[in-house]
Amino acid sequence: MELICPAGTPAAFREAVDAGADAVYCGFRDETNARNFPGLNFSREELGEAIAYARRKGTQTFVALNTFMRAGHESLWYEAAADAVQLGVDALILADFGLMAHVAETYPEQRLHVSVQASASNPDAVNFLVETFGARRVVLPRTLTIPDIARLARRIRCEIEVFVFGGLCVMAEGRCSLSSYATGKSPNMNGVCSPASHVRYRQDGSDLVSELGAYTINRFPRDEAAGYPTLCKGRFDIADAHGYAFEDPVSLDVMDQIDALREAGVSALKIEGRQRGKAYVAEVVATLRKALDARPEERRALLARLRLLSEGQRTTSGAYEKRWR
Amino acid sequence: MNAGKPMLTLGPVLYLWEGEKWRDFYFRIADEAPVTHVVIGETVCSKRLHFTDPYLPPVIERLVAAGKRIVFSTLALVTLERESQYVRSLAADSPYPVEANDLSALALLKGEPHWIGPFVNVYNAATARLLARRGASSICLPPELPASSITEIVSQTPGIGFEVLAFGRMPLAISARCAHARAKGHIKDNCQFVCKDDPDGLPVKTLDRQSFLALNGVQTVSFTCQALLADLSDLVGSGVSRFRLSPQDCDMVAVARLYDEVLDGRVDAEDGLARLRQIYPDAPFSNGFHHGQEGAAWIARARNLAHGANA
Amino acid sequence: MEFPRPLAAPLAVVPMPLIEGTVKLMFESLLKRHPALFDRLGEHKAKRYVFRPVDLPLVFVVEPSRAAVSVTRKPADCAADAVVEGPLFLLLALLEGRCDADGLFFSRALTVGGDMEATLALRNALDGCEIDLPRDLGASAGPLAPFVSRTAAALRRRALAGETAAWN
Repeated sequence: MELICPAGTPAAFREAVDAGADAVYCGFRDETNARNFPGLNFSREELGEAIAYARRKGTQTFVALNTFMRAGHESLWYEAAADAVQLGVDALILADFGLMAHVAETYPEQRLHVSVQASASNPDAVNFLVETFGARRVVLPRTLTIPDIARLARRIRCEIEVFVFGGLCVMAEGRCSLSSYATGKSPNMNGVCSPASHVRYRQDGSDLVSELGAYTINRFPRDEAAGYPTLCKGRFDIADAHGYAFEDPVSLDVMDQIDALREAGVSALKIEGRQRGKAYVAEVVATLRKALDARPEERRALLARLRLLSEGQRTTSGAYEKRWR
Repeated sequence: MNAGKPMLTLGPVLYLWEGEKWRDFYFRIADEAPVTHVVIGETVCSKRLHFTDPYLPPVIERLVAAGKRIVFSTLALVTLERESQYVRSLAADSPYPVEANDLSALALLKGEPHWIGPFVNVYNAATARLLARRGASSICLPPELPASSITEIVSQTPGIGFEVLAFGRMPLAISARCAHARAKGHIKDNCQFVCKDDPDGLPVKTLDRQSFLALNGVQTVSFTCQALLADLSDLVGSGVSRFRLSPQDCDMVAVARLYDEVLDGRVDAEDGLARLRQIYPDAPFSNGFHHGQEGAAWIARARNLAHGANA
Repeated sequence: MEFPRPLAAPLAVVPMPLIEGTVKLMFESLLKRHPALFDRLGEHKAKRYVFRPVDLPLVFVVEPSRAAVSVTRKPADCAADAVVEGPLFLLLALLEGRCDADGLFFSRALTVGGDMEATLALRNALDGCEIDLPRDLGASAGPLAPFVSRTAAALRRRALAGETAAWN
């Protein structure tokens, strides 16, 4: 299985390549990708250099153009696709049908991957994308169990990539407007979720309160580590209960299921985290690379090391296990 | 395309209502509501299908007898094999047009006239035209879209009808996980259908007691209610041909009559909003998405007029 | 770890022009080595960033648009768009992208105030540069370079010993 690794900056890109990524995915510095965060992402020139660096080391480069084209401003996405193709990316990761159709027609040779944002969660959906746009690989939404994936794999005609490590969307990706409901900025339209521009921390007595737009997302007592106010990972009041309504602030880790994923028919394992620093990328990629190449009995120790590194941070198998639902 | 009078569509009931309540609701819609189209069928959770199945035949019969045009809704999130089967059987056997709410329905409906629901991501005309070429005759645009995008998409996609959500809590997210069941101490596989206890959604408040969202099983909807009464005429001017009223647990016949009167110009938008507040007092109104702002916001018409005057 | 108090104390009495002169020299040398550093800030280049090491009696103000840094003594109340407060070594580690800043921001090891987006932009811009303080500052220290590099490296090792586990 391939290891697909994130890079938000050229520095992180080189770290990922050096640490053993089979492919690194990244995006341009604008709203054409779903990590349109300030200070992040690549200029055309930086992408060209990154691709050259990756080639020298036998690593592939994928470019995510995985937001939905703003009506009337489609040229921004079309130009991004043209430039990425011209610079020689190994695959484009797309979510918008209009953009997929454009790429399939204009650059029929270009390898097209379906982004998790497209929400292709069943065989009919995946085969539709394969038949209509010639998709070669689909990144599955984080809504499926491993048996679901195995069943799907038997019935589709393209490769499967799944998220195994990093941030976890609780909601079906590409189908969530929670962020724009509170801030006016959404993953689908603006490439941001719970954007920093709308984040505020406020001291209230001994509590630290995190706010997103006009809404309180969490409240941390003095001794508790504060979290970023990602909307679906906040604490809320529901009837008489209060707590994490959608999901605790946990991250995804299913590296202990590598063999099950391989048997299910998965071809590529994806690490989330283009917004994370190069130190994180280097450490996670290096460890997962070793784990992937190790014999199963050696794997446990390597993964324990990773868990040690993410101490204080709880992890979950997410939807890969049925009870999570 | 937009020659006739704009029409009203009743969207599917997104919540889990007791079978008899559901049946009686549609009987009354059939008899009294000035809607031309009724989109019907479970959209949120496949586990709920058996609640309404027994009542579907009499409801369809009554709606058809009343001259309503039926469209069958499909599931917004299809992951399990039985969910795929359900969508396949609808696409193959439905005597009425089917509304696609996920990619599998899209795939299965190719080549026959169908509708596109608000859960399919149509953000631009390139996508709308692609869907139209595959047989879509109507698209209900996602609630997140601002007016500028709606205008652009409609003007650049001739030949099909466009619909906009004009009333109801906005669908914001859907998950494999059931927050509704979990809030009541269950997990999805053993949910005991607790979402039935909240026919208008279960309110989610912030820790500072701000009303924020509402849970509807695996779906999260806005706490606010989209109310585009004041924007109807502009949207009609942009070429939108139908407006969707999404059922809440209130007098939906009165809601439909009110929208019909405002569309006809018999009631002006301001008076209409005051009346709408009486019909559905449970949720504050919002129209922020439409104005390119946060979805929860309410942009008062007066401000728009002031902008217009200064322009 | 905090900056050792006996080392920090003299900074309260050392003449400000001397301190500021040294800081400016280091800052210029850093920018010379990493000319693209502030390009990543985009619209946030025009913001004023204030850094308040909790273990030093000083406040640093950085204005990327003018490529300028200034130093004032605490208590200083300087106008700022974004304020980052924390132990000096963590601020320096952040500069190098050696620890995961997300973790530091939100574990309260660092306190972030004001314009969160500007701060995030700066953090990402710094992370995108391959800053190596011992190497980069050592280069500007002329004949003292080996000494500065060695000291900086030693301090960094101590500073980071307890911080690698601070992810998210």
